[in-house]
Order: sequence, then structure tokens, then C-alpha cells
Amino acid sequence: MSPAISVRGLRKQYGAFAAVDRVDLEVETGEILALLGPNGAGKTTTVEICEGYRTRDAGDVRVLGVDPATADREWREHVGVVLQTSGFTEELTVRETVAHFASLYERPREIDGLLDAVGLTEQAGVRARKLSGGQQRRLDVAIGVVGRPELLFLDEPTTGFDPEARRHFWDLIRRFREDGTTILLTTHYLEEAEALADRVAVIVRGRIVADSTPATLGGRDHASAIVRWVDHEGAHEVRTDTPTQVVAELSARLGGEASELTVSRPTLEDVYLQLIGATS
Amino acid sequence: MNGRTLELGRNRTSVELRNLWRNRQAFGFTILFPVMMLVLFASIFSGTVDGTTVQMSQVYVAGIMGSTLMSTGFVSLAIGMAIERESGMVKRLAGTPMSTTAYFLGKVGMVLATVALQTALLIALGVVFFQMELPQSTSAWLTFAWVFLLGVTASTLLGIAVGSMISDSRSAPAVVNLPFVALQFISGVWISVTLLPKWLQMVSQVFPLHWICRGMRAAFLPDSFKTVETGGAWNLGIGALVLIAWCVAGFWICTRTFRWTRQ
Repeated sequence: MSPAISVRGLRKQYGAFAAVDRVDLEVETGEILALLGPNGAGKTTTVEICEGYRTRDAGDVRVLGVDPATADREWREHVGVVLQTSGFTEELTVRETVAHFASLYERPREIDGLLDAVGLTEQAGVRARKLSGGQQRRLDVAIGVVGRPELLFLDEPTTGFDPEARRHFWDLIRRFREDGTTILLTTHYLEEAEALADRVAVIVRGRIVADSTPATLGGRDHASAIVRWVDHEGAHEVRTDTPTQVVAELSARLGGEASELTVSRPTLEDVYLQLIGATS
Repeated sequence: MNGRTLELGRNRTSVELRNLWRNRQAFGFTILFPVMMLVLFASIFSGTVDGTTVQMSQVYVAGIMGSTLMSTGFVSLAIGMAIERESGMVKRLAGTPMSTTAYFLGKVGMVLATVALQTALLIALGVVFFQMELPQSTSAWLTFAWVFLLGVTASTLLGIAVGSMISDSRSAPAVVNLPFVALQFISGVWISVTLLPKWLQMVSQVFPLHWICRGMRAAFLPDSFKTVETGGAWNLGIGALVLIAWCVAGFWICTRTFRWTRQ
């Protein structure tokens, strides 16, 4: 099966500044790809070119087999977009808003079921302008998926969510994936990428610097483990490829429990910060 | 244009109207502003127009009907579109399969419904309080009908065209009110066109508002009033051509300037 998104040698220039510089990216049908990167790295530019919102200066882009720059309105039947910020028709209720967007598609989702899925059943009769930030975001998502898209773009969908709302949102996204929806997600939250994504791509200064599963990003799976404990001499930290042996020796030497013992590997965040060249 | 586009245009009209109607402040202003202008002008300026038996107030009713039509179709629409674009609503709609034509139809439908309500209210007030008479003949009603429809169409298309070109909603009121206020003064809304210098009368006749207002006067005032119009005749044939030309130009600009998104 051909990939849902295929980007080759993508380049976008603003004046002398190359916001996207020879980006290659593929998103397989049915997978969730998280595109990570600092602000201004080219995430949104890349995504908006794939969404057909921006033109490109060079490179080849195929989204569901079509070049988004020349795609017709019919292509939009199959592509759902949740932008970072977009307005509502303020005086329409949640239900009216979703129903209106449903009317724009040939085979929309059933409205009550969708409101239930995004957790807006109680707010169905509330006008859009009166929703809280999190509720507005859920309405954004409802509008984005109301047309049963094969491919869904989510641009920083959970910014401003509290931890519980974020977990609920993740469950919702997983359900869309189970339905077979391909998802391209951009996010600032590493734990979000780890929880949702099959694959993670990191973009820095307009270039993809890493592209793999969350567990193997940046050689994370091969990285040394760190064993930390505390004894009467103070805190200890040992970097090792054989943590089990270190702990066994420690146990034998101390003749009992080691205080505050932890064995850890670099988190996705550690690897990410290293990739984008930040000092943690 | 197919049935699907028409259906979506109707859906858009319904959404636009609900949004306007439920915003009490915006809706109240839309309805009360023309009424206020009519009551003020028709009350302040009394007596008959020189050389005719027509009351000043009757002339104002016709003029304010014309300017209200353009205010709703051009000014409010262009400002509304600039705000809608800035809020990201336009970009959101761009992500759906809806065609631009359906989006435009929604705007036209909203303007038509709003202007119809405003016009009905102005006519009612004019007849009840300001000695205006309803058109006396079928041909006068027909004149009213085509002037109304061509006027709304030209204004709306120009409103969409200009609204698409404005990049900052904060500057939108200034951008659209500048030509609109100037046009009101040279098109016979507040001041009779014949009081203007000859060259300005010529300039006035190039623009749609002149012919919308003159057409309304032709429909609602006695035929004898034409003696004080520019050229001593209604000349509505020219007016129809000018309005059609603006419709064509407006449509042409719309299809070329409207973009769902800015690069």
C-alpha cells in the first residue's frame, strides 16, 4: 500500500530564510506519526504544506496520492484538519456547529455519537463563544473528524489541557486509530508522542534529524543505563551497560537494601533535548 | 453551479443569519441604525424640494433605503469577512470540501434577507410617518424590484471583493467607510446630486450608489420629480447598465482575489 503521506526534498523559503530545508517524510496508512521540534523549526510549515494551505518552493508531496497544492475540493472529503487556532461561528451551539460541518461532507459521522466521543454531550446546547479552552479544542477535533477522514492532521491538539483532559484526549485519538485513521500529530509534549505515536520524527531548523519509533529514537534503546543510590558517603551515579550486575554487586556489598535505588534509561525527553541541541 | 452547491449555500445562509440574529447588539444596530438616520433626517429637514411638490422627507426615505442597502451589502459584509478571516473561521472552512461558490452564496443570502428586513422597515416608517407613498403602478414596483436586486448583487460582490483584500480586520472599517461615506455625499443620499458641481455629478454617475438611490426615487416618488434629477430625466437604462457593469466587475474581482488562505 502506498503511504498516506509522502514528502521528498521539501523546501520552503521565506525571504532568505529556509523554514523547511530538504525534508523527507513518510506516514504509512494507519499509523500515528508525531512530528516534534522546537518553535520555529518548520513543523507547522511542513504540516500546512501537506494540508494544502501553503505552497512549496521545491520537492514532491503526495497526500493520499494527490499533490495538495493542486488538490480539488473532493480530496478534502478524505482529509481532516485540526489547526492550532481557528475561529467558531460564535453564536452557534456546539451541536449546530458540528451539524453544519457534517452537512459539508458526503458521508458524515453521526452527530450524537461524535459529541459523546469527544465528551461534549453536556455542552451540546451551549454557544461556541461560551466554551472553555479545553471544550473549544474538543469541538475543533469534532469538526476535524466529522467527515470520517482517512487522514487526520492534529496541530498541537492538547496545548493548555490539564493532565486528566489530556489522558481522555489520548483515548479519543487511539479510538480514531483503531478505526483505521492515519494521523499526523505535531506536539510539544514528549509524553504525548510516547503515548500515541507509532513513529516520531524530529525536525530542527527545517531538517529532519531523527525518525524512528519512540522507544528507539536517537539510539535510546542502546543507551547506557544509569544506576543511582544513596549511602552514608552520599549520592552515587553509575553509567553502565550491565545495570543488573551493578545492582547485584551493590546488594552483595551493602548486605541489604540500597537507599533511593533507581535504574533508568534516557527518557524520550532526554533524547529529544540532545537531538535539538539543547542543554538539559 | 450544481444542486449540492445551492444546498450548501442555503446552509451557509442559515448559519450566517442565526449568528447575526442571536448577537443582539449587532442585530439591534443593523436594524436601528437606518431607522435612526431616517427619523433624524426626515424630521430635521422639512418642506418641499424646490420646483416640485415632493416632501424632503420622501427623498430621504428613498436615499436612506439606497444607502442602507449598500451599507449592509458592502460595508458590513467586507468588515465581517475580514474579521471572519482573522478569526481563522475562513481557514477552517477551507479545510472542508465546501466550494467558494457555496461560501459566497451564504453571504449573498444573508445580505438579501437582512436588506429585505431593513427595507421593509424603512418603507413602513416612510409610509406611516413621512408622507411616502407606495409605488402606484406595476412598472414602479418592477423598477423597485430590479434596482433592489441589482443593487444588492453589486454591493455584495464588491463587499466580498474588498473584504477578501483587507489583510487586517482592524483597518477594515476605515478602508470600506472611506469610499462609502464619500459615495453617500455625492450620490444623493444626504444632498441632492444637482447641488454638486457638474464634474462631481459626472463622477457620481459612475458609481452604483448613485443609481441605486435614483432608482429608489424613481420607484417611490412621483414621475414629475425627474425634472430635478441630473439631466432632467430618470435615465434608468444607463443606471441598469452601470449596475450590471459593477456586478460583472465585482464578480471578476471576487474570483481573482478570494483565497481561502494567505501564503
